Amino acid sequence: MSVPATEMPVSDDRLYRLLGQFQAQYASAIDEDQLEAWPDLFDDACRYIITSADNHKAGMQAGLVYADSKGMLRDRVSALREANIYEQHSYRHMIGQPLIKARDGAELQAETSFLVVRIMHSGETLLFASGRYLDHYRLDGERLLLRERIVVCDSRAIDTLLALPL
Amino acid sequence: MDSVTTITDAPTRWEPGRLSRVPYWAFQREDVYAREQERVFRGDCWNYLCLEAEVPQKGDFVATRAGDTPVIASRGRDGEIYAFENRCAHRGALLALKERGNVKEFTCVYHAWSYNLEGDLTGVAFKDGIKGKGGMAPSFCMEDHGPRKLRVAVVHGLVFGSFSNDVPEIENYIGEEVLSRIARVLAGRKLEVIGRFTQMLPNNWKLYVENTKDSYHASILHLFFTTFEINRLSQKGAIIVSPNGGNHVSYSAIDPEAASADYAEQNIRSESEFGLADPSLLNGVDEIGDGVTLQILSVFPGFVLQQIQNAIAVRQILPKGVEQTELNWTLLGFADDTPELRLMRLKQGNLVGPAGFVSMEDGCVGGFVQRGIAGSADEDAVLEMGGEDAVSSESRVTEAAVRGFWKAYRQEMAL
Repeated sequence: MSVPATEMPVSDDRLYRLLGQFQAQYASAIDEDQLEAWPDLFDDACRYIITSADNHKAGMQAGLVYADSKGMLRDRVSALREANIYEQHSYRHMIGQPLIKARDGAELQAETSFLVVRIMHSGETLLFASGRYLDHYRLDGERLLLRERIVVCDSRAIDTLLALPL
Repeated sequence: MDSVTTITDAPTRWEPGRLSRVPYWAFQREDVYAREQERVFRGDCWNYLCLEAEVPQKGDFVATRAGDTPVIASRGRDGEIYAFENRCAHRGALLALKERGNVKEFTCVYHAWSYNLEGDLTGVAFKDGIKGKGGMAPSFCMEDHGPRKLRVAVVHGLVFGSFSNDVPEIENYIGEEVLSRIARVLAGRKLEVIGRFTQMLPNNWKLYVENTKDSYHASILHLFFTTFEINRLSQKGAIIVSPNGGNHVSYSAIDPEAASADYAEQNIRSESEFGLADPSLLNGVDEIGDGVTLQILSVFPGFVLQQIQNAIAVRQILPKGVEQTELNWTLLGFADDTPELRLMRLKQGNLVGPAGFVSMEDGCVGGFVQRGIAGSADEDAVLEMGGEDAVSSESRVTEAAVRGFWKAYRQEMAL
């Protein structure tokens, strides 16, 4: 008896493609100033933390950003739009190939390196951040949702400020 | 002979004794910067070095700086904390290459001169030569060589160091009023570091110091604070300025009775509609039990202790050239934190640091000034809010603490 197509488990090859597509969507939401779409890439129950490699290695919990709900991600976007003052700038994400660390049914752990270039309105372009995304996804059919993204920056130093998410 | 760097180039105009004017050249000049290194950071001042909790065991060390000067703070064999230059007495190389760690001794990688945990030279490689040839002169005395040592003082878990023998005892230097406000947050509690971040600021270090002492700007520049009533000028609160001007406390407590009319009457950007989808960020507890929701405290030249609700942090302000500043954030918890309180600290951590809802602006506004004053070396900043003196005040609509900084700065700099 054949399994209906909609219930076919996503193959590893397919999953790899989905991850690539997801990362591209993630980068596009931030880099193309579609920040309002960024929280929707997360599951309703989620965590998003930006930290440094040193802090992560030492097991220190505090983040540059520490969100444990989708609402907090939306608030980050609202604050950037409505409250916070910073000079206009944008990012360009370069995201590496996902390394799938573990998969258990619809639950997935992956690790992906990134580079972020910051472009100021004045034209100044700076290599702003590099690091790893330590991700925990949930597969909803063929849709990936982030249950957790820990952004581990290689450097502990941030130039001027960190406004847009990484 | 005066060995201190002299201010040679015009302009040097700075009206004596007038605290309400600051010429912009003070933020721009290499000769001023060099003089600060000598007279402030290596002068009669206490530099914040690290937390006692960061060097709990014998041999633990932190490599930091006092101004430009690299410094090691270490826990010695007798359990006391020592501080000395991170510089080999031989040819000047760094002794500690890592920022922190645990060692039995410090050995210079260049020629393996070694030092004990207290900073004394204890070994010179090939001191007696090999097979009777080479080696140091018989007259060479290791006791006569070593990195300069700093005086060390520990105050409620904060480690300060000074190159000066003349600087007052730390308690007198900080002053009773400000000291009691350090004790309020830290006394008798076992600290835990929960995160460290560095923010590189595109401006002179004094512009960030001014910012931390500027209670006037807080509720105007930082909309997030104002909207959620963490800090309104109409709250109860006050400014404490130490007698010498260099240290300050600004604090406030939520006053639900206070109307927001002060703001509505003025065309201040802070008055706008804004709501949070997940207000759990602002959940806090009155852990100290005195209703104070915000306390920003500074010790001259570059130390800040911050309590914003349950987000507690120390900030170390380090100059890195005339137009760059390294701001080191150390976020704190306490050993007896409940999981609920710890989570509050982590979530409120969103308020502070380089990505902080109420501090990210402080990261860029100094740069706005640094860029704005290019070409205006001989113009002055105007610091007249709340008068022209540098005294404590019940109103936070004042620049008294900023003037206090300049009072202490001009005293130390003899400017």
